Amino acid sequence: MKYQSQKVAYAYFLVAMALFGIQVLGGLLAGWIYVAPNTLSEVLPFNVVRMIHTNALIVWLLLGFFGAAYYLVPEESEREIFSVKLAYIQLAILVIGTLGAVVSYLAGIHGGREFLEQPLWVKFGILVAAVIFLVNVSLTFLAGRKTAVTNILMMGLWLLCLLWVFAFINPDNLSLDKMYWWMVVHLWVEATWELVMAAILGFLMLKLTGVDREVIEKWLYVIVATALFSGILGTGHHFYWIGTPGYWQWIGSIFSTFEVVPFFAMMSFAFVMVWKGRKNHPNKAALLWSLGSSTVAFFGAGVWGFLHTLHGVNFYTHGTQITAAHGHLAFYGAYVALNLAMFSYAMPVLRNRAPYNQVLNMASFWLMTGGMAFMTFTLTFAGTIQTHMQRIVGDYYMDVQDQLGLFYLMRFGSGVAVVLGALLFIYSMLAVRREVIKPGPVAVPGE
Amino acid sequence: MSEILTKSRARNVFYGGSIFFVLVFVALTAQSHRHITQTATAGMELTDEVRHGKHVWERHSCINCHTLHGEGAYFAPELGNVMTRWGAAEDPELAYEILDGWMKAQPSGIEGRRQMPFFEITDEEMRALAEFLRWADQTDTQGWPPNDAG
Ligand code: HEM
Ligand code: HEM
Ligand SMILES: [Fe+2]
Repeated sequence: MKYQSQKVAYAYFLVAMALFGIQVLGGLLAGWIYVAPNTLSEVLPFNVVRMIHTNALIVWLLLGFFGAAYYLVPEESEREIFSVKLAYIQLAILVIGTLGAVVSYLAGIHGGREFLEQPLWVKFGILVAAVIFLVNVSLTFLAGRKTAVTNILMMGLWLLCLLWVFAFINPDNLSLDKMYWWMVVHLWVEATWELVMAAILGFLMLKLTGVDREVIEKWLYVIVATALFSGILGTGHHFYWIGTPGYWQWIGSIFSTFEVVPFFAMMSFAFVMVWKGRKNHPNKAALLWSLGSSTVAFFGAGVWGFLHTLHGVNFYTHGTQITAAHGHLAFYGAYVALNLAMFSYAMPVLRNRAPYNQVLNMASFWLMTGGMAFMTFTLTFAGTIQTHMQRIVGDYYMDVQDQLGLFYLMRFGSGVAVVLGALLFIYSMLAVRREVIKPGPVAVPGE
Repeated sequence: MSEILTKSRARNVFYGGSIFFVLVFVALTAQSHRHITQTATAGMELTDEVRHGKHVWERHSCINCHTLHGEGAYFAPELGNVMTRWGAAEDPELAYEILDGWMKAQPSGIEGRRQMPFFEITDEEMRALAEFLRWADQTDTQGWPPNDAG
């Protein structure tokens, strides 16, 4: 740790990992309700479980981003964070807001827009925390050295916080409500968060591969340019069937197809940098997560996104298990794995020791990634059958679902693997042990 | 690539291009806003009752089991066209009666079948909810869903 104030990232990462645990346990319960639908049906209905699952996901990913910013902005700007105290106040507000939201969901108090169900006071709390964060990081950034990594990171964070304003805009007209809702949801994951992802990935590549900064930064600008050029008008892929004009079918199809490009570029970027870099960095787990993240993001967002993004296909698949399959692999690859890469890299530094528990950490990568991939396949099969029977043949929804039990059982099984992987990851971060296996001798260059 | 595309060029293309796409997007959004209010949802008046119905829909977080115009959760049937499925799209009284009967019969308690919770909803709220679903049903959704199954 070069700067003392980077230590605040530690607290952010701990809270993020705790919520990650809650998120996957919530997902597992939701998956179990698909298998045995009478489970808890009167005390804890599916909609409440689902809210906890999705909200916990979003909050912990954001906490991870905030923590990552507090970790890397000092290092890039070459100075301490403007105020460590503000950073802890921000975290406290977010923790209170999160606990408040969970308690009120359990008590049946919530909003009714998907992902934005937080009670109004929690939404305001998030807004206040976002403002504190922006002030704190921006003052650090402005006073110090500016790099492409921090430029892009700051731009992504500012824009994503500004878009939060749409969480407060809920028109009475349902179609307008839906259109503005996507300004948070789509323009987060397919525009502003991509900037954050590129910046964090760039930082990790700088540290892990030792490739020249000039090369990395040029790549970054190209990546984020393709992200915004495609992602902004790509919002149109959600405007096909909600009351918006027909021209979105073409704009949405064409531009969202190009959304594959930044994800392909990020994957190529990561592999090319590792190939070029001559540094033999000891943190192999962070490297595995970085490469894994960009690869799975390419498949989850790029390939599975393209699968249903053309309007002729989406007409039939819209709102089926195909969407759930894509949502899972995209979120996992792009944002979950990226955060875990950052944790894997930063935790040893924050704890002032050499990388530890790398074998356990890498095992958790394969367990989680294998689980998520299998979950995606089962949901894709379920969604394909659903699309055919319900959308083409015209069978009633519930009758079709009755045919899909086997897939939901397999989804639950893959969920168990994911939960075990997540717990193993958290354990490997927290419990410092000696390595399970001794590393082999380092190859001497030129040998 | 290295000489033509310098870092500062790449940065400028990024900033300039992004501003361009934001402007196009804002213009199209404004046009879509008008299209929604004046064309797509103009088939039925957005009354206070419909507004009230939307609040009832939101308060009970129906969206976290059902889809509405294909968005939401995938645990329970599509409701954007439920009034068409029930043959009640044009008939407020029938819409209310079927919905009221349905909601009061939940949860079914049938073993092995997905359960919809029981919600405390007054008669007035139930009428509003029925109107909201009728209102949603008449939206011009470019022909989606492909059939009445939703
Ligand atoms: C990491 C980036 C991405 C994430 C996290 C993500 C996540 C999601 C999620 C959660 C949904 C469901 C939203 C809902 O509840 O209705 C969704 C829908 C969708 N996504 Fe993505 N996505 C990403 C990238 C992409 C890309 C690159 C494409 C296209 C190439 C794409 C195409 C779509 C489409 C077409 C839908 C609508 C599905 C439907 O009609 O039901 N996504 N995405
Ligand atoms: C233990 C593993 C998991 C299981 C069993 C699970 C299960 C579920 C279930 C049953 C739903 C509701 C689908 C519906 O509406 O019918 C859901 C939604 C969702 N889950 Fe998971 N999940 C798991 C892990 C994850 C992870 C790791 C992520 C993030 C990468 C994630 C992100 C999401 C998202 C974004 C949605 C909303 C999808 C949409 O609206 O399209 N889940 N999950
Ligand atoms: Fe999208």
